[in-house]
Amino acid sequence: MQRRRVLPGFGLSLGYVVTYLGLIVLLPLAALAWKASGVGLHQLLQLLSSPRTLAALRLSFGGALVAAVFNAVIGLLVAWVMTRYRFPGRRLLDAFIDLPFALPTAVAGIALTAIYAPNGWLGQWLVPLGIQIAYTPLGVMMAMVFVGFPFVVRTLQPVLEAMDRDVEEAAASLGATRLQTFMRVILPMLMPALLTGFALALARAVGEYGSVIFIAGNIPMHSEIAPLLIVEKLEQVDYAGAAALGVVMLCFSFVLLIVIARLQRWSGRWAERSA
Amino acid sequence: MRKIPFVLGVLATLAVASLQAKEVTLLNVSYDPTRELYRDVNQAFAAQWQTQHGDKLTVEMSNGGSGKQARSVIDGLPADVVTLALAYDIDVLADRKLLASDWQQRLPENASPYTSTIVFLVRKGNPKGIHDWADLIKPGLQVITPNPKTSGGARWNYLAAWGYALTQPGGDDNKARAFVSALYKNVPVLDTGARGSTNTFAQRGIGDVLLAWENEALLVQKQLGKDKFEIVTPSVSILAEPPVAVVDSNADKHGTRAVAEAYLKFLYTPEGQTIAAKNFYRPRSADIAAKFPGQFPTLKTFTVNEVFGDWRKAQTRFFNDGGEFDRLNQSR
Repeated sequence: MQRRRVLPGFGLSLGYVVTYLGLIVLLPLAALAWKASGVGLHQLLQLLSSPRTLAALRLSFGGALVAAVFNAVIGLLVAWVMTRYRFPGRRLLDAFIDLPFALPTAVAGIALTAIYAPNGWLGQWLVPLGIQIAYTPLGVMMAMVFVGFPFVVRTLQPVLEAMDRDVEEAAASLGATRLQTFMRVILPMLMPALLTGFALALARAVGEYGSVIFIAGNIPMHSEIAPLLIVEKLEQVDYAGAAALGVVMLCFSFVLLIVIARLQRWSGRWAERSA
Repeated sequence: MRKIPFVLGVLATLAVASLQAKEVTLLNVSYDPTRELYRDVNQAFAAQWQTQHGDKLTVEMSNGGSGKQARSVIDGLPADVVTLALAYDIDVLADRKLLASDWQQRLPENASPYTSTIVFLVRKGNPKGIHDWADLIKPGLQVITPNPKTSGGARWNYLAAWGYALTQPGGDDNKARAFVSALYKNVPVLDTGARGSTNTFAQRGIGDVLLAWENEALLVQKQLGKDKFEIVTPSVSILAEPPVAVVDSNADKHGTRAVAEAYLKFLYTPEGQTIAAKNFYRPRSADIAAKFPGQFPTLKTFTVNEVFGDWRKAQTRFFNDGGEFDRLNQSR
């Protein structure tokens, strides 16, 4: 027997959700897959086995992973400071966090390049030390860190706000060291939100083009990102090849997101066990 | 409320005026560094059209990377005319039946009313002593040029280098390949577009020499000062022929064929040629060029058709997937 729900309208809202998702998300993806189907299997394998494609995919996904891990650590720290402490200028600082969202990505790219180029504000000091950021894979990661930063902070903040301080005090009164309190009490509770922020930052960084392209240097096999390869295909009016590369990136991202969702469920259970 | 009769009066006057003179709009889809050129052309041509026909003409511009602009037109951007960086970008429109495949024979001079060439922009005083193409492959020198896969302008640079090596005594394809590959080993940054490379060189201070279209180099010098950069004209270079064409299917749909054709023909008139020269493009007319002494130094030039057959062949051989440029990168 069907259980009665408190609020009616399940059928209607589900219909709405399915239609909306279909139109906004699935339809464009279907169009992409359809375009990509113009590429034969042989051609696809050739595309995927080319050292240049592999290098670009490695940089795009590897760089995005590094950037997301970095953002997760720093983002956790920032979110902690923003929620746990009250200090003058906190609200202003808090507003700054969203800036990478609001800034057109090309502007971000140009600004980052201007700072880290060998004649830039920071570049002129860093380059003589042998640290070259602009026009290297490091620059790519720097741009990825920039655009992905707000995700971790913004997903962690509400969770930290809602977290009861009693549990920390309880842990302390039961004799837990500070490290133990953090590792066994706080982190497990934060883990699902942290992973969400990590996944969002990662997804954003993988697909990022606008800001990365200015600082990347775009040297094939060295500092060339996968989205640029797609643009190159388009430039040859090779829509099918471009779509095929797009589908490949999409599949990789999808697998990554599924793995993260798995981790999240697992971390949820970990949190319950620890509690 | 007393304003209403006034507004009605204004509207009525406008309506009458608009009955007398038609308003014509033309969309010119162009590549990036023609903004200044076509701003002047549009103004001059609109004035001429209005005196001759009484119609008020507005020419709208769309500027962007040449290849991207061609794709926009394929995807439905309703361009009446296209004025792009290289013939291949108009060929792909002809492939999709947007205009006749003999488009390049419909106007004089390969449908390129103005030309340019590839020159070197170096820092003041030419500290690295760069005088010709051969100097660009010196070890340790940094050359700035955009990515030929994404930039039409960069393809001219690449072909200019290849053509130089080919036309040297004893030059052949192998020597040209070796020369171009040595040159690109000296490139630290491949921007996606020509203006990006100009910024990298001029604003970021990267590199010893920028390969640039002559008109871009002259513009940079004008904007950023002769005290910062010098132009070095090599002994031989490519004749860059940016082509123009009426997009048949769109012009017929909009009923703008007559004005679109007149617009492109205007570029060949003394007035059009003068505007081109003022904007640092080499005019086809020798008479007009003579009025700008010193601006366009003489050099030996070769065309794409002379050395590489035509743009389709050049595109396939050098820039498509698996072409010379890709192979150069795999051995990097």
